Amino acid sequence: MSVRPIAMRDAFLDRICRAMAEDDQIFFTTADFGSPVVDRIREQFPKRYVNVGIAEQNLINVSAGLAIEGYKVFAYAIAPFITMRCYEQIRVNLALLSEVRPINVNLIGVGAGYSYVVSGPTHQCYEDLAIMRALPNVTIYSPSDHIVASALFDRCLENTGPKYLRFDAQVLPVLYEPGLPDLDRGFNVHRSDGNICFVATGYMVHTALKVADQLASAGVSIGVVDLFDISGYAADQLQAVLKPYDGIVTMEEGFHGCGGVDAMMFEFIARRGLSTRMLNIGVERGYRFELGTRTDLHEQVGIGVQAVTKSVTEFVQTISV
Amino acid sequence: MMNTEDGLMTSSDSSTLQKKAKWVWRETLKVHRRAPETRLASSLSPVEIFVALYYGGVLRYDPQNPQSQARDRCIISKGHGSICMYPILADLGFFPVAELEKVCEAGSFLGGIPDPIIPGYETVNGSLGHGMGVGAGMALGLKGKKSDCNVFVVTGDGELHEGANWEAFMFASHHRLDNLHLIIDDNQISMLGSTDNIVSHDSLSDRLQSFGWDCAEVDGHDVVAVREALMRMKIQSMGKPKALIARTKKGHGVPSLEGAELSHVMSLKPELIDSLLEANP
Repeated sequence: MSVRPIAMRDAFLDRICRAMAEDDQIFFTTADFGSPVVDRIREQFPKRYVNVGIAEQNLINVSAGLAIEGYKVFAYAIAPFITMRCYEQIRVNLALLSEVRPINVNLIGVGAGYSYVVSGPTHQCYEDLAIMRALPNVTIYSPSDHIVASALFDRCLENTGPKYLRFDAQVLPVLYEPGLPDLDRGFNVHRSDGNICFVATGYMVHTALKVADQLASAGVSIGVVDLFDISGYAADQLQAVLKPYDGIVTMEEGFHGCGGVDAMMFEFIARRGLSTRMLNIGVERGYRFELGTRTDLHEQVGIGVQAVTKSVTEFVQTISV
Repeated sequence: MMNTEDGLMTSSDSSTLQKKAKWVWRETLKVHRRAPETRLASSLSPVEIFVALYYGGVLRYDPQNPQSQARDRCIISKGHGSICMYPILADLGFFPVAELEKVCEAGSFLGGIPDPIIPGYETVNGSLGHGMGVGAGMALGLKGKKSDCNVFVVTGDGELHEGANWEAFMFASHHRLDNLHLIIDDNQISMLGSTDNIVSHDSLSDRLQSFGWDCAEVDGHDVVAVREALMRMKIQSMGKPKALIARTKKGHGVPSLEGAELSHVMSLKPELIDSLLEANP
């Protein structure tokens, strides 16, 4: 029987709720952001649940204080607000303070990329991967389905430093059934065909698979890697996977050329001395107010299936020349 | 340390505190003489606050085990303005006194702005406006653990321009954090002059009370009065967080700094420090 897809947050929050029954050191904080599972947490564990209100700076500071007192804290809010409204609090009280003592605060950001489709650019999130990866000591997870999102909960208990979990707000198809990817490796190889390989994260893994299907039917084989541990992937193993390819196509639902996964892979290739050429697929820089489906919006900013298929087709031709 | 239970002072205790305050004032000047990068004026206004906290029997601490679970937590949010804590912590045995000779030197852990690598410092203090919220989280965590430890947060008044403080003020009263104590070093001068001329927060006491806090005021340079106010504040458990506004002078005891609009960024020449030390044995 196939697994019914659910939202990443529901899968992850359910793990928190169940763990709170066993572990009285888990504390849940929210900046007035809810869900049915959050209701359960509030009802079942009122002494380890706190809603700070619409106050993300205080969310981080209070969470840091709780972590100093030994709690494993899960702080929950909309992705752009839990990263950008309180960036200095994250820098000072999570990233910096964790140089000297364990600060186990797990930032659960819901609303990666365009996933809050009709809410406009304030609620959409295209900058977070770049700014969060600028911070030392912060682990960044960007899962592509709820199976991986749920499994990452165990990592949040094991790793005592601060973390950012970038969750899609929509229900995405299940990619990992049956069986989990190797979480230690931080990435998963979905396909290893051809001489071009996608390195995608989050929702864009689904786009990469669709583009690969489309190009396969035209006789062009492309590999697909899902990078879900942005900060801690196994670099040697990723190098071994990517070395045979002539070209790498990075794919992220974030601004193009602003320090996100594209920059990370440029740095990776340069540091590792790979001769691979690279194409970067990301959101065109700028804020847009057009309404439409996520598919429409993605096509408008150059990251939809058709736009990517066209870009990759041209890229393949330059590689082949 | 004095008895933390009775809250009473004898005349010899008062005299001891006053002598200690003068010693800390002198030692702070000496640190500044060796390390003129340190913020002197803002480190002289809270001398009596820290002396009352650390020598007056207000705080529980263990210099041999600075992270002891039984300690009261003291968050020094106005980090740059707490160089006077260096001689205090050294004197109490948190680190060797010889370290005071190396402030701001390569290899020293005592910088121009204190970092949490210093034994006795709890959190990151360089960026202002963080201590209140972190302290509120610690106070909530201690309540959850049914601990009787208290949290003390020392801020400047200029620092209260940071909005995160006011998020934390609302939070603390909502959660009835009566184990949380705020001491405001109210010297009324920020980096570029009088806080009243920048963004006024006059009637600070009224503002805090309207946010659900108990609030008292004290002459921040009367170390005995500060100590008594802190002890009174500590034993109150009325379901409210508590604030003490200590009226202080930036650059206290140094005529050229007291009242100077730009005292925050002013350094003293060695010969002036020498004459101040000679005049105030």
